[in-house]
Amino acid sequence: MLIEALTLQLGYNATLVAAGAALLGMACGATGTFLYLGNRALISDAISHSSLPGLALAFIAMAWLGMDGRSLPVLLVGSALSAFAGLHVINWLSAKTRLAEDAAIGAVLSVFFGLGIVLLTVIQSMEAGRQAGLEDFLLGSTAGMLWNDAITIAVGGALVLLFLTVFARPMAMVAFDPEFAAVSGIDTRQTVMITMGLALGVTVVGIKVAGLILIVALVTIPAVAARFWTSRVRYMVVVAGAIGAACGYLGAAISATVPDLPTGPIIVMVAFAAFLITMLVAPGRGVLAVILRHRRFQNRVHVRQGLLALAQGQPIYERLTIRLLRRRGLVRADGVATEKGRAKAAIALLDERRWQILRSDPAHEVAASSYNGLTPLESVLTLDQIAEIDKALRLEAVK
Amino acid sequence: MVLGVATRNGRHVSEDASGHSPLAIRGLTVSYGEKPVVFSMDATFESGAMTAIIGPNGAGKSTLLKAALGILAPLSGKVTCFGKPLSRQLEKIAYVPQRAGIDWDFPAPVRDVVMMGLYRNLGLMGRIGAIHHEKVMSCLARVGMDGFADRQIGRLSGGQQQRVFIARALAQCADLFLLDEPFAGVDVATEKAIVKILKELRSNGKTVVAVHHDLSTVPEYFDNVLLMNTTRIAEGAAGETFTQSNLLKAYGGALARVQISAAV
Repeated sequence: MLIEALTLQLGYNATLVAAGAALLGMACGATGTFLYLGNRALISDAISHSSLPGLALAFIAMAWLGMDGRSLPVLLVGSALSAFAGLHVINWLSAKTRLAEDAAIGAVLSVFFGLGIVLLTVIQSMEAGRQAGLEDFLLGSTAGMLWNDAITIAVGGALVLLFLTVFARPMAMVAFDPEFAAVSGIDTRQTVMITMGLALGVTVVGIKVAGLILIVALVTIPAVAARFWTSRVRYMVVVAGAIGAACGYLGAAISATVPDLPTGPIIVMVAFAAFLITMLVAPGRGVLAVILRHRRFQNRVHVRQGLLALAQGQPIYERLTIRLLRRRGLVRADGVATEKGRAKAAIALLDERRWQILRSDPAHEVAASSYNGLTPLESVLTLDQIAEIDKALRLEAVK
Repeated sequence: MVLGVATRNGRHVSEDASGHSPLAIRGLTVSYGEKPVVFSMDATFESGAMTAIIGPNGAGKSTLLKAALGILAPLSGKVTCFGKPLSRQLEKIAYVPQRAGIDWDFPAPVRDVVMMGLYRNLGLMGRIGAIHHEKVMSCLARVGMDGFADRQIGRLSGGQQQRVFIARALAQCADLFLLDEPFAGVDVATEKAIVKILKELRSNGKTVVAVHHDLSTVPEYFDNVLLMNTTRIAEGAAGETFTQSNLLKAYGGALARVQISAAV
C-alpha cells in the first residue's frame, strides 16, 4: 500500500493531491528560507493560528446563506482575512508599544486560536451546513479532497513561487542589511510586506493539507535543514524548496494510505527525519563532519606541537601528543626522537618560522589567512616567494 | 550657533549655498519616544571634502546619518542632496553601515555581498553578467580583498569585513559616501588602508562624510569637522573648528578635558 502510494498508483485523486502537496511544500520551503534569514521563522506559526477564526466565520456565513460550508476557496479567503488581521495586530503591537515581536506573536497567536476554537464549538452546535470535516483544518487531511481543492492548492503554491523568483533579490538584501537596502533604493517596508504576504499565502493555502497547527514545520524545517547544505542564498532557496517538496509529497502519500491519519503530523515527522539526516551527514556544517574534522585537526596540531618541542629540545607532557608521535614512529618509547622524528622536527620548525614572517607581511594577507599551523607553505606560495621569505629569515638571524 | 560655513579655502559661504552641497540638513529632529536624539540640526557638507562627524556617545551621530538617509523617519526637517530632495538622489549616495548590526553568519560569500552594491544597475530581475562580475572584482581589488571573493563573510576578520563593506559602497558608483564608524574595531593597518581609499575618493572629487570616534586622528584624516551633541555645536574646517573650547562644549566633564587636551 505504501509503495503504491509513493509510486503514484493510488488512483488519480490521491496522485493529484500528492502532487499538489509537493508543490505546496516547495513553496513553503522556499518562502521559509527568507523568513529564516530575516529571523522571522515564527511568524508563519502566528499566521496559521490566527487564520482559524476567519475559517470558522467563513463557514458560519456560508451556512447562514444556505450554501455548503465546505467550499475551499471561500474558507481560504476567510482564513486569509483573519490571518492578515493577526499579522497587522502583531506589526502594530511591536511598532507602537514596547512589546517585542516574539511576545506580540505569542499573544496574538493564542488569542486568535482560542477565539477560533470557541467558534468551532459554536459550529458543532449548529444544525446546518454539514460541519463534518472542519476539524481537518487543525491537523491537515487529504481525505475527501476534490480535484478542485488540489488545483486550488497547486495554483496557490505556483503563484507564491512566481512571486519569490521576482522578489528574491530585494528580499535577500533586506534580510541581510535593511539599512543598506534602503539606501540602494529598495522600499524595505514594502519588501517585508511582500515576504509576509508570501508567508501568509503559503500558510493559508497549505492549512487544508498540512493543518494549521503544524504547518509552521513545513515552512521552517526545510530552510533550517538547507542551511546545513549550502552557504549561498540562491542555493539555499532551491535546497529548501526540494526538501519541502519531498516532505509535502511523502506526507500526503503516506496519509492517503492510512484512513483517519492526519497529514500534518506525518509531514512533521518526514521533515524531522530530513532534518536529522541533514544535521548528521551534511558535509561542512553537519555534526559528523564537524566532529571528524575537529578530531583530525586536533591530532595534526598535537603532532605539530610535538615536533616543534622535539626540535627545540623541550619535554613533551601531553599523553595524546606522545601517543600520536609514537604511532607515527617519530619518537621511541622513552620519548627520544627517532631519526625520522628529528628530520621532521627540523622541517616543522623552519616552516613555522616562515609562517611567522608571512603573517607579519600585509602583502601575503590571502596566504596568511589560510594558516592553521599545518598547511605546508608550498601549497600557498611559489618557490620564489618562499626564497624571499627565507631571505628575511636569514636577515633576522643576523640581527 | 555658527551661521555661515567656513570652507577649507577660508571662503565664507552663506546658508543658501546648501543648494549645491552634496548633503544639506536643515532643522532635522529625530526622537526615540519623547526624547529628541537629534534636535533642530543644521549641517552643510562641503563638496569634494572629507568631513568627520564627532561628538560623545549618544550625541546622535549615527541617528543623524540614518535620518538624513531616510532609514529613520525624522519628526521634522529637510534634507537635500545636490540641491534636490534626498529621496530622489539615492543613486548618488553610497553608504557603509555599522558592522555591529549585521548577522555575519548570513549565507553569502564575499562576492555576493559586494554584488549587492550593484542593485541599482541590476534591479529586480536583471541578469548578472560578465560586466558585473568584473566590477565586483575591481572593487574588491581596490580594498585588497580580491583574493577573498569566495570566502564566507563569517570567516573574515573584523578589518576584512569592513573592507568588504567599503568595496560594496565603491560598487555603488556614488558621488557622496556616508560611513558610520568605519574604523570601529579594525586594526591600525586596516584603518590606514581605508583612509587611503577615502582620500583617493576625495581626489576624484567625491564627498566623504564619516561618523568618527578617535579624536586623535581627526586633523590627520579629515578636512572638515561637524561637532555635535544632539544639536550642532560647530561646523567647518578642522583647523578652525577642532578646538579645545568647541570640544569642551560637546564633551564637557573633567575626564574629557584631559583626553581633549591630549587630542588637540
